[in-house]
Amino acid sequence: MSLKGKDLLGLRDLSREEIEYILDTAKTMKLVLLSNNKKTPHLQGKSVVTLFYENSTRTRLSFELASKYMGASSANVVASSSSVAKGESLIDTARTIDQMGTDVIVIRHPMAGAPSLIARNVKASVINAGDGMNEHPTQALLDIFTIIEKKGTLNGLKVAIIGDIYHSRVARSNIWGMTKLGAEVCVAGPATLLPPQLEKTGVKVYSTVQEALIDADVVMGLRIQLERQKSGLFPSLREYARFFGLDEKRLKLAKKDVLLLHPGPVNRGVELTTSVIDGEHSLINEQVTNGVAVRMALLYLLTRKGGSFETAN
Amino acid sequence: MVVLKLLIKNGHVVDARTGRNGIFDILVDEGKIAEIGKDLEVDSNCDYIDATGKYVVPGFVDAHCHLRDPGYEYKEDIESGSASAALGGFTSVACMPNTSPCIDNQEVVKYIINKAKQEAYVNVYPIGAITKGQKGEELSEIGELKFAGAVAISDDGKPVKSSSLMKKALQYASMFDITVISHCEDLDLAEEGVMNEGYQSTIMGLRGIPSVAESIMVARDLLLAEYTNAPIHIAHVSTEASVALIRFAKKRGVKVTAETCPHYFSLTEEACEGFNTMAKVNPPLRTKRDVEAIIQGLKDGTIDVIATDHAPHHEDEKNVEFNMAASGMVGFETALSLIVTNLVNPGILTIEQVVEKMCLNPSRILGLNKGVLEVGRTADITIFDINEERVIDVSKFRSKSKNSPFDKFKLKGAVYHTIVNGKVVVREKVLL
Repeated sequence: MSLKGKDLLGLRDLSREEIEYILDTAKTMKLVLLSNNKKTPHLQGKSVVTLFYENSTRTRLSFELASKYMGASSANVVASSSSVAKGESLIDTARTIDQMGTDVIVIRHPMAGAPSLIARNVKASVINAGDGMNEHPTQALLDIFTIIEKKGTLNGLKVAIIGDIYHSRVARSNIWGMTKLGAEVCVAGPATLLPPQLEKTGVKVYSTVQEALIDADVVMGLRIQLERQKSGLFPSLREYARFFGLDEKRLKLAKKDVLLLHPGPVNRGVELTTSVIDGEHSLINEQVTNGVAVRMALLYLLTRKGGSFETAN
Repeated sequence: MVVLKLLIKNGHVVDARTGRNGIFDILVDEGKIAEIGKDLEVDSNCDYIDATGKYVVPGFVDAHCHLRDPGYEYKEDIESGSASAALGGFTSVACMPNTSPCIDNQEVVKYIINKAKQEAYVNVYPIGAITKGQKGEELSEIGELKFAGAVAISDDGKPVKSSSLMKKALQYASMFDITVISHCEDLDLAEEGVMNEGYQSTIMGLRGIPSVAESIMVARDLLLAEYTNAPIHIAHVSTEASVALIRFAKKRGVKVTAETCPHYFSLTEEACEGFNTMAKVNPPLRTKRDVEAIIQGLKDGTIDVIATDHAPHHEDEKNVEFNMAASGMVGFETALSLIVTNLVNPGILTIEQVVEKMCLNPSRILGLNKGVLEVGRTADITIFDINEERVIDVSKFRSKSKNSPFDKFKLKGAVYHTIVNGKVVVREKVLL
């Protein structure tokens, strides 16, 4: 088994088998990560460059540590401090990085489709670390990994994704991934923060949080992306928290052993109350650890065979 | 240069105004149609085109294109744009004013007309701006534009945001008997959208332009046209609701005409899949339901004109992030094939209706003495075949720009000969 493409651009493009294969590999990587000697030779002689056009702490660090634990040479390009600030086009920047012998380019970009644009123009494998409102596939993979670790499977589970779906690449990637693995995905949020015709992706769309939460096995709160918010999508944070925030009382509508996930960083008291964030159901810390394991798995799978991949039969 | 006579033999002549529809010969002499009849004689001093098995129609008139000259000659200029038009069977084109400088004063109109006299392969008619600098603030010198040669006024690319100013534009322009062409878009609703708002924008994570951003402005402009009793022409209609509103307004007697473009009856929002910037256009490609309504509107006459909205852009403006990519596509060299493939062959439009929408109606709206095959008229003639299959190859386009979503499409229908003012400009698909 191998991944079909040279790149990981989104979960929409992946088959169920490919997703499961990545998750299986991540299990092994997690053992490495939890061992005393966090050093494997999987990426020895390979190089990984992270190219970030948006701020990020956890995702960038997670990729960087994942490459280092596996022995890769890694470097970071922060968009504002490079030739990007001089007006260089994205393709030119990516080609320059490609020409330096880079095996994997990890890109985060505020515009949807930027990773696929560079993937078509470079030899290196491209991993999408978040593109506009489109996808954030490694986040969804780590979310799914975390759920399966606790529940054994996603098949038949009810997953409620609550909040600003419209702007959320995390929601989109999770919808693609989770529905492929057999979960029943429900979403709820203010009508102004739901993208049109979302139900055609196979999810159930609710206008109240309560309906979405009933008997849920997994609840995922999404960050209100204040930096992306155009005014007028909802009246105030106070009103948002009142009608769409997750508190302990609302969480009781879900199953007793519900898992609570959040891609972070959290706006405490807005989408989640502090007691929920730090409560017994919360897996927010595990998500971070699993993120490194999933990224190790992906870097390994994409750089195997010297960067060129067999087509899966 | 000695001007020879030209005899077009045995073609299927279709003319919408005279109702002529059958096999005829056409004799062209001194740039004019000298005779239309059966079995006309060829003499030794006569050039000759065998049109057997082909349609012979009035030269196509494009009511909406962008020649990018002056200011953006790296995308297109009058020479290259008119050459591309001729290859597409167009003998007259009306170019939009969003040039640099903008066509908002008579000097730019004169520049285009003079340059076209020297370089153009087809007749070029400038469209003036409604407002100075297309800023939507003050009316441009509409009377002077008209007298310098502008055939319509439009702020195409942008709406006239102020309803009050649009009302004044309609009143003022109708005094000079010049049509206002409206680009209908509510920019508040369109926000920062880059494609149609719908399922496709949802799954691609791109901001959408809702169809109502167009339709709401169509409704406003129809009401203003009714109120002022002035003519209005709605540019590039793309939505189901716009078609319904125009149909309704026509019933009420509003002096409205409307156009759509080949891409709005040939493609849907799905063409954007894979962040395909070639399919980025404004208004955006819509849904199947909209396409069906556009086709119905063409069939029942609600939509009077098929225009290209030929909008050349450089490779570097398209090979970028979808959000950053320029909107628009080239259209001259694919228009006829898309019409034949998607409208004529499926039985939606007859050739006579195509002639109405490509020749007669645009000429009337722009006040041109064109679009009719009749003795004594200037010989602007297009000859095409509807059975020939062609595979679109954008690299072969004569336009400077290659931004078309139809690359590699297999289509039916090809322009063979284009005759402008009695002169053969395209012969056997080759620009002379």
